[in-house]
Amino acid sequence: MSALLELEDVHAAYGLSRVLFGISIEVNEGECVCLLGRNGVGKTTTMRSVMGLTPPSAGHVRFKSRDITGWPPHRIARAGIGFVPEDRRIFAELSVWENLDVAQRAAARPGRWTIESVIDLFPVLGRLHDRQGGFLSGGEQQMLTIARTLVGNPELLLLDEPSEGLAPLVVEALLAKIGELKAQGLTILLAEQGIEFSLALADRVYVLEKGAVRFAGSSAALRSDRNVLDQLLMV
Amino acid sequence: MMKKSAPALVRRIPWVLVVFVAALTIPWVGSRYDTFLATQIAISALFAMSLNLLLGTTGLVSFGHVAYFGIGSYVCGILMKTYAVPFSIALPAAAIGSALGALVFGFFCVRLTKIYFAMLTLAFSQIIWAICYKWNDVTGGDQGIPDVPYPNLDWMSSIPLLGDLRIAQQFYVLTLIVVMLSLAAIQRIIASPFGLMLTTIRENPERAASIGLNVRRYELSAFVIAGGFAGIAGALFGIFNRGVFSDFVYWPKSAEVMIMTILGGIDHFWGPVVGAATLVLLNQEITSYTQYWPFVLGTILLLLLFVFPGGIVGGLTTGLEWLRRKTGRRASA
Repeated sequence: MSALLELEDVHAAYGLSRVLFGISIEVNEGECVCLLGRNGVGKTTTMRSVMGLTPPSAGHVRFKSRDITGWPPHRIARAGIGFVPEDRRIFAELSVWENLDVAQRAAARPGRWTIESVIDLFPVLGRLHDRQGGFLSGGEQQMLTIARTLVGNPELLLLDEPSEGLAPLVVEALLAKIGELKAQGLTILLAEQGIEFSLALADRVYVLEKGAVRFAGSSAALRSDRNVLDQLLMV
Repeated sequence: MMKKSAPALVRRIPWVLVVFVAALTIPWVGSRYDTFLATQIAISALFAMSLNLLLGTTGLVSFGHVAYFGIGSYVCGILMKTYAVPFSIALPAAAIGSALGALVFGFFCVRLTKIYFAMLTLAFSQIIWAICYKWNDVTGGDQGIPDVPYPNLDWMSSIPLLGDLRIAQQFYVLTLIVVMLSLAAIQRIIASPFGLMLTTIRENPERAASIGLNVRRYELSAFVIAGGFAGIAGALFGIFNRGVFSDFVYWPKSAEVMIMTILGGIDHFWGPVVGAATLVLLNQEITSYTQYWPFVLGTILLLLLFVFPGGIVGGLTTGLEWLRRKTGRRASA
């Protein structure tokens, strides 16, 4: 069986500065795979090149065996890839409900996730229904971003540093929610710096350094590999 | 509790209708000159409002919006003067002509972003200007199209009160009806799911694309709609001005409408209307006092923009908010 998502020797650059030097990774259906690595090793760029936001300069991205390299981002989203970016995450001037409504209309992919069912998953969003997105806390914004992506009913969820800048308690809650999604069978590609967060969720791990994959293996294998932990992750 | 109900009540008032009724009284309570100014303000307000659909709602900075105003005024002017087509056909034709122009030019413009988008819109508007200026047989070239006739407004004479008005005042009433219907339509568009998508693009085009939004197609739709409404404004202006001339399409007009919009405030629905009224009135007042009016006008605009960075309406809203909080605190203390 071929992988749900497959990156083959992907190179990417912002203008003249090259960031990715031949990344090859695979994500199988139902798996949670984590990209680990320090700041600036290319985790975000890898996700952006999957999403078509930073199209690969060489190499291929395949989703469900279809070559999606060079597709515009909205088409990739509609094909079934949901992206949760790391930066300020919501449409700040839209209310919580409008954020979800826009996403549902834009993706136009019916499925099990509706505005009602994502509010069941994140009840806090139900209470903040009419609140403007810019007035949410960091954790609430992150939940809204994930909910907004879910209403598009993706088959693959790209989560870029979901724990960044959140308080430890909020991270705990988020971890539980993402675990819930995984248990329901959603395929997840996660980018993280925090090793505990990622090892708690991931089945398999890729460790990146300077735009290339330096380690690939199961979470258990990484845990026992002191070399990789010391050299690449400094933990 | 009280806090929520007061703005909700304010929002439920159909403001477009209120403004329409208030503006409708001008021919009876004001002078003929007031009606003249009010016509100019109404048309400029629609033009600015159409620009703000791009500027404020979608976040697209168009420096060539005058092109669609110009196409509208030429289409309407040529049809009414040269071919004696009635206004009821010439006006929709002007809107459609402008929208088509916006579709063709916009197709290329939305492929670019930021300053490159702005420069390309400017380039296209200068092309339209060059055509209007040189194509003597159709546009009259430098001479333009003088003596565009007023629409046939005989139907108004059977309506009490309206029948006694002069034709210029009757045309004001017609202009007001067209402008207010257009504003109501624009308001509906902004509040619709489609409008929400445009706001999403303004907030962050990349994120909008990531949730599956075809950004270019939505931008192009906004560009076409804005062009169509600019065309309606242009058609009305050609008649109001009793002629269509190539300087209608020249780039300073694009700058002028942008000043109106920003001066009034791009974040508020009524911003462009307030901006248009302010600029037209300032222009009239200052030119009657001094020949150095551009200097005085520039200084006033500079001060206004420094005092109200969110435009006049933005500044007033912030001021009211501050007052309400102050009085609210006193009441609760």
